[in-house]
Amino acid sequence: MDAGLVAAQLLNGLQLGVLLFLLASGLTLIFGIMDFVNLAHGSLYMVGAYFCATLTDATGSFLLAVALALPATALVGAAVELLVVRRLYRRDHLDHVLATFGLILCFDTLVQILWGPEGMAIRLPAWADGQQHLPGGLVFPTYRLLIIGAGLAVAAGLYVLVTKTRLGMRIRAGASNPAMAGALGIDIGLLFTLVFALGAVMAGLAGMMIAPITEASIGMGNEIIITAFVVVIVGGIGSIRGAFVAALLIGLIDTMGRSFLDMGLKLLMSAQAAETSAPALSAMLIYILMASVLAFRPQGLFPPKTR
Amino acid sequence: MKKTALALAAAAALLASPSFGADKVKIGFVTTVTTPAGVIGRDMVDAVNLAMQDIGGKMGGLEVELIIEDDGFKPETGKQKTDKLVKQDDVHFVAGFIWSHVLLASRKSALDGGKFLISSNAGPSQIAGKLCHENFFSTSWQNDQTPMAMGEVLNQRGVKSLYVMAPNYAAGKNMVSGVERTFKGEILGKDMTKWGKDAQLDFSAELAKAKASGADGIFVFYPGKAGGAFIKQYQQAGLQGEIALYTVFTVDSIALPNLQKAGMSGVLGSLNTQFWGPDLDTPQNRKFVSGFKEAYGRYPSFYAAQSYDTIFLIKSAVEAVGGNMDDMDGMRAAMMKADFPSVRGPFRYGNNHFPIQNFYLRQVVEDADGVWTTTVVDTVLKDHQDVYAAECKM
Repeated sequence: MDAGLVAAQLLNGLQLGVLLFLLASGLTLIFGIMDFVNLAHGSLYMVGAYFCATLTDATGSFLLAVALALPATALVGAAVELLVVRRLYRRDHLDHVLATFGLILCFDTLVQILWGPEGMAIRLPAWADGQQHLPGGLVFPTYRLLIIGAGLAVAAGLYVLVTKTRLGMRIRAGASNPAMAGALGIDIGLLFTLVFALGAVMAGLAGMMIAPITEASIGMGNEIIITAFVVVIVGGIGSIRGAFVAALLIGLIDTMGRSFLDMGLKLLMSAQAAETSAPALSAMLIYILMASVLAFRPQGLFPPKTR
Repeated sequence: MKKTALALAAAAALLASPSFGADKVKIGFVTTVTTPAGVIGRDMVDAVNLAMQDIGGKMGGLEVELIIEDDGFKPETGKQKTDKLVKQDDVHFVAGFIWSHVLLASRKSALDGGKFLISSNAGPSQIAGKLCHENFFSTSWQNDQTPMAMGEVLNQRGVKSLYVMAPNYAAGKNMVSGVERTFKGEILGKDMTKWGKDAQLDFSAELAKAKASGADGIFVFYPGKAGGAFIKQYQQAGLQGEIALYTVFTVDSIALPNLQKAGMSGVLGSLNTQFWGPDLDTPQNRKFVSGFKEAYGRYPSFYAAQSYDTIFLIKSAVEAVGGNMDDMDGMRAAMMKADFPSVRGPFRYGNNHFPIQNFYLRQVVEDADGVWTTTVVDTVLKDHQDVYAAECKM
């Protein structure tokens, strides 16, 4: 096993982790602050990707498309909150799951009607489409490095927003005790809409960033949202810091499992058996992690202090 | 209340009973319409509709009724839909099936129901071998054949070592065993990735391994949209020029438009094997490809070609028995002759009712209109029969 491969896989794991963080941070905020289970979070990821693909076609610039698609996705998020989600806060979690599962079906069908079933490719600008030569002879796709950079920047921005700004203070207040925050004159309704839109923007951004790699396609969010939920649970519900650590952890575990598990298993069993069991086992790794966290630390790795 | 229920039951029984002396040919067609794989289903349904139009909606003087069902990319849904076609619609033919695992789950329902089962794509080894059945026919190929042709191509080109990637399901395993059967060099690494409704589409870890393996070439099987995603990442990782790309069922007219749009020129010139190509020079293929392009404004995929053939195969059976839909033996005998104009040209059926046919080497090129497509450059296997036919006791 050479060091270059391990380094490349660390970067791949980091890139997956960053993407998961963008999804999971919105999910954990919405879950933590509004006590709302949003299965349709993945639909906003898909909507972001489709907006970005369409705008890239229209404007010819990927960056401009991202800049325009972000507020557009925020608007969709706000609309979903105002029209549907708002009516469900008082219901129990099963109703949330049912209603947002319905939303997924609506979004998937709507996308099929508007954009057709074939999916949309995004053409990257030439400067983002090549590879970078990193120290140690490592060659890594430029675009994946950009994803890592952008994701870390968003994470830092989110940290500043939540800990250093007035809005962040309100968000934290809403998370600890919505009734008291309301009594102190914070417009809880508006705050919830804002948080939901913020979550939508981050999910949408994740979709925009992955679309040039895998294409925007129907149901793309349903694949990754399960993993994002695992991140939220492992990190501790409502904790952005927890989501960050857990996302990177799960990104690395998943990538390393896919990379090296078959090699490890070949030491224990026949090559044939290792080849067939490695993919199944590596797909299970993150769930094994979740199960252990639930068994030994059910509140998650970094539960928010105030709950 | 009881009376109403009885009346309803009677009405239902009336509706369900097959009409005497069938006045219609009923064809059920199971494919994937929803999920991202729906893009394949659309190509198949478009081709079937085109074929229906080309035959004037009639076979042997009978009207044809076509019932399209969506399997949702799931074996259990495919089986339910097949059950519905067999029991409720009482169709004469159950056709379609993109996915080997869906076909394997559905075959018993159709065959035990006494219907003809026609695969317009999937060709799992089991159905070609031990599970072969007199009422099953394929208008495509057995899964192993196309990668076997690719293995020969790799030998001819002096490829010494290979990295292999395929999805982890019935067809993926057949594709890998197919290339392993003929490829004489060394296989340096293999990845079977997660498949199904939540298939893995990000191959960063696998591509890094492939690169580190130092293999001469990479063999991949990624049907549908996964193909486009794979090619993009292959190029983004800077692997063209380092590890040559050889594909089966991956670079087709479904993946190519999106690859062209994304500017993935690395795919131009790459090689794949197939029993058919849009420029294959047979009368039926010229008619089919020009008709398809005129009707839908794009190149048909091999899925479409096989679906088009499906309708003509059924037509040959219905006409041979003069529209007497109760004559199963007559229709079966007619289909075994493969006496219909196929897009691949004349072929014959083996004992397991899979075609014995040629496999060609194709290359990705830009056509006269600047559209990316594939062109047939060589014949790799002539009149090739799958290896599982020997296991079929028929």
